[in-house]
Amino acid sequence: MPDLGKYAEAVLSSYAISLVLLAAIVVLSLRRAKKVKKDLQEIEKKVKSNG
Amino acid sequence: MSQSSLWEYANPRKFLQTTDSVLPWVAGLAAVTLVVGLVWGFFFTPDDYRQGSTVKIVYLHVPAALMAINAWIMMLVASLIWIIRRHHVSALAARAAAPVGLVMTVIALLTGAIWGQPMWGTWWAWDPRLTSFLILFLFYLGYMALWEAIENDDTAADLTSILCLVGSVFALLSRYAVNFWSQGLHQGASLSVQSGERMAMEFKLPLYVCMTAFALLFIALVLVRTRTEIRARRMRALLARDRMESA
Amino acid sequence: MIALLTRDIRLAIRAGGGFGLGLSFFLIVVVLVPFGVGPQAEILSTIAPGILWVGALLACLLSLDRIFALDWEDGSLDLLATSPLPMEGLVAVKSLAHWLTTGLPLVLAAPVLGVLLNLPEAGFVWVTLSLALGTPALSVIGTFGAALTVGLKRGGLLLSLLVLPLYVPTLIFGAEVARRGAEGLNVTTPLFLLAGITCGTIALLPFASAAVLKVNLR
Repeated sequence: MPDLGKYAEAVLSSYAISLVLLAAIVVLSLRRAKKVKKDLQEIEKKVKSNG
Repeated sequence: MSQSSLWEYANPRKFLQTTDSVLPWVAGLAAVTLVVGLVWGFFFTPDDYRQGSTVKIVYLHVPAALMAINAWIMMLVASLIWIIRRHHVSALAARAAAPVGLVMTVIALLTGAIWGQPMWGTWWAWDPRLTSFLILFLFYLGYMALWEAIENDDTAADLTSILCLVGSVFALLSRYAVNFWSQGLHQGASLSVQSGERMAMEFKLPLYVCMTAFALLFIALVLVRTRTEIRARRMRALLARDRMESA
Repeated sequence: MIALLTRDIRLAIRAGGGFGLGLSFFLIVVVLVPFGVGPQAEILSTIAPGILWVGALLACLLSLDRIFALDWEDGSLDLLATSPLPMEGLVAVKSLAHWLTTGLPLVLAAPVLGVLLNLPEAGFVWVTLSLALGTPALSVIGTFGAALTVGLKRGGLLLSLLVLPLYVPTLIFGAEVARRGAEGLNVTTPLFLLAGITCGTIALLPFASAAVLKVNLR
């Protein structure tokens, strides 16, 4: 860890919050993508068996 | 019919097929450049003699701020393509990009405020750049809220794209208005000090890597989210047809 | 078109039409501010131009959903859309009616309410003038927002979220004229910029609002 001096709080909290937000949007996007893909497959199967 | 043009990818199925192969590469590259850039900037750059170690915040703040604006520009272009050529993928891509742009704006705002705190002594100052990003944040919120509020897909696409157009004009106008408005500030240097002073190469190189990383991350996320939107739209269409046939 | 204008005005003025609502809200805001910031005259006279502008802006915002709501609900909007009157004309008339019944009364009330806020003498002219110049822009921009949310139930909050960022430039320049005028400084730059915004929005936004209405009426 480099010596951040008196600004350690500022620098570390910026990095922490940015990385958390980036991780959040990535995780949320991937989770929704998986869910929608699964739901679509189910519905396509159902429609195919109906029609 | 056989000449390949960019508009082929406007076809939802073609878009899904193409991005199937492209996405892992973009995502992988994004992850690598992000790690390289941030590690380089955080661990292997010196402190600024004036700002101390807070200069390290630049590797997050500047790329995020740039992408916050570029995301909106991409939404504007996508909205125009929807209005003119009615390609659904375009409208869905604009919808997909908005939350990513919003997150970039929030990161830019928070890192900007934290960066300014040692300088200004307060957690927030109505610095023209921060204020402009705050307004941009509101524009993103409104755009996303309008998409959510409207049921019909095509109506929502039409209304949000017109909003994006009008909003872009006003966003530009606001930028100038805010600069004008903050002329009355007597307090210390504004946040643009880092773009004003000449940056040494040892700072610039990791910064360019981080800017590239954020751009790649944006592209990867928009690709993922657009694919989701395409599938969700297809799901809604299937459900609607199913409901009609069983009725 | 004139017939439409007089009809809208008459609808707004009669009981339940919301004519007094904007004015009352303006008064309430102005009365609340001293309770919030304390009664010292120096503080009040410094912030008076800004408070008057924000109060007028919020009062305008309150009345926006009325622009199309009634006609949408009883179907007259569909009828008007099929009339030979172009949609842009319809939208412009609606904006004008809104300004005459909401904006203009606010402009006239402002100097009176300025007394309550210890507005400096020089400020009276400039507050009134800047509001007179700026409230038409607020009506036109508000009409755009109202058109976007016309079909939505309880679209009021969304309407505010959409319109308030669009109001920022007008507010900045309008309040700047009022503030500088009150302090006796030169107001030319913000005055011309404010006029520019008003003219620009009046000339261009009705086309966007018309397009939006056509989409919503499909």
